[in-house]
Amino acid sequence: MKRKKLLITAMAAVTLITGGIIYAADHIDTPAVTGQAGDITDLYVFRAQDPNNLVFVANTQGLLAPGSTAAAKFDENTVIEFNIDNNGDAIEDLVIQCKYDAASNSMQVYGPVAPSEKGTRSKLEGTVTASAVVTAYGASPTIGTGTNGVKVFAGPRDDPFFFDLTQYKKIIAGTATSFLPPGMASDTFAGTNVLSTVVEVPKTLLNASGNINVWIETKKKI
Amino acid sequence: MKTIKLLAIVLGSTIIAASCKKSDDTPAPTVYYQQQDQMGRPAINTVFNVSATDKDAFNVITPSNMGAAFQAKFQARLLALNPGYTTNALTQNATQLTTLLATDVLGASTTGTTTFFDGNPANTLSGRALADDVINVELLLIFGGPTGASNPGLTNDNVNVNDKTFLAAFPYLASPW
Repeated sequence: MKRKKLLITAMAAVTLITGGIIYAADHIDTPAVTGQAGDITDLYVFRAQDPNNLVFVANTQGLLAPGSTAAAKFDENTVIEFNIDNNGDAIEDLVIQCKYDAASNSMQVYGPVAPSEKGTRSKLEGTVTASAVVTAYGASPTIGTGTNGVKVFAGPRDDPFFFDLTQYKKIIAGTATSFLPPGMASDTFAGTNVLSTVVEVPKTLLNASGNINVWIETKKKI
Repeated sequence: MKTIKLLAIVLGSTIIAASCKKSDDTPAPTVYYQQQDQMGRPAINTVFNVSATDKDAFNVITPSNMGAAFQAKFQARLLALNPGYTTNALTQNATQLTTLLATDVLGASTTGTTTFFDGNPANTLSGRALADDVINVELLLIFGGPTGASNPGLTNDNVNVNDKTFLAAFPYLASPW
């Protein structure tokens, strides 16, 4: 916790100095979401071990020190939504919604499904297609598999993002002119964790003709 | 929201009064969720939006509306970061690059390789794999000029791998520290 606080304080200080530039994948990117359960850190989309499937990863709540990871929780009032555009207009044709259910301590997946409402406001679409009990810190992964072949995992993982953010901030602040050489450069995100939601989906459920556009949104209950 | 709840209560009591039905016959009001954060490609909001107001606004707008609202600001930011920008390794001028980036979606292939960039131009922006060095790709496109050779001190942060090894199988991400 101390480490996280320290890092956030340090970043806040740099923000003041540089006029608001914090460069990370999407970690603590804005004042309104920083420190909240819905703060996205990263999106990954890649071909699965089984090449017939595609993997969607949403990481949230970045910069968790090991000592504060066990206490990090998903929020039952937040939906983590993968949006999929199939025709290049940047409007979602399908959504995969992941909603934490506190009563069962599980991540419940809805979709992939064509949403009845598009844009900034959503409701949960249809019924739960797969779910997995949230994996506790230190436990081996619990994997849920739905009848449609969708797999889901939710829980703390190592933050896969790597970047010498510290040196970048010095460059932006004008106190350095270049990155450090190999051996001196260091990964600012080393040793930190995130809360991951990983969903693997058979490509046949994506109605895709080869290329899709993907983005994640966290949406809070209103 | 309040009005809907009130209406539901009123309807509920009417049903009870009229037919002695159980009140749980009344359908629960639909729960809605409102966009709070958004992300497609890595680091876009953090790099290209300068003011806190713009950063917050970028997170609560849908991608199809982003270009019109943010492309000009992104271009100004690009030219502030790299005043010498002409084109990049993808032969994009400042307008073309910021037009691409302002609509913050991640392209992904459902038939082939999925990577942000793996050295093969044909695979560019076909997904984002865990091991992809996305920061170096973006630094190269912002600072590297038409050949990628400009500003050599700014195009590679020299942190090129993660601090843990990824898994070959689901859930792919490494166990936490």
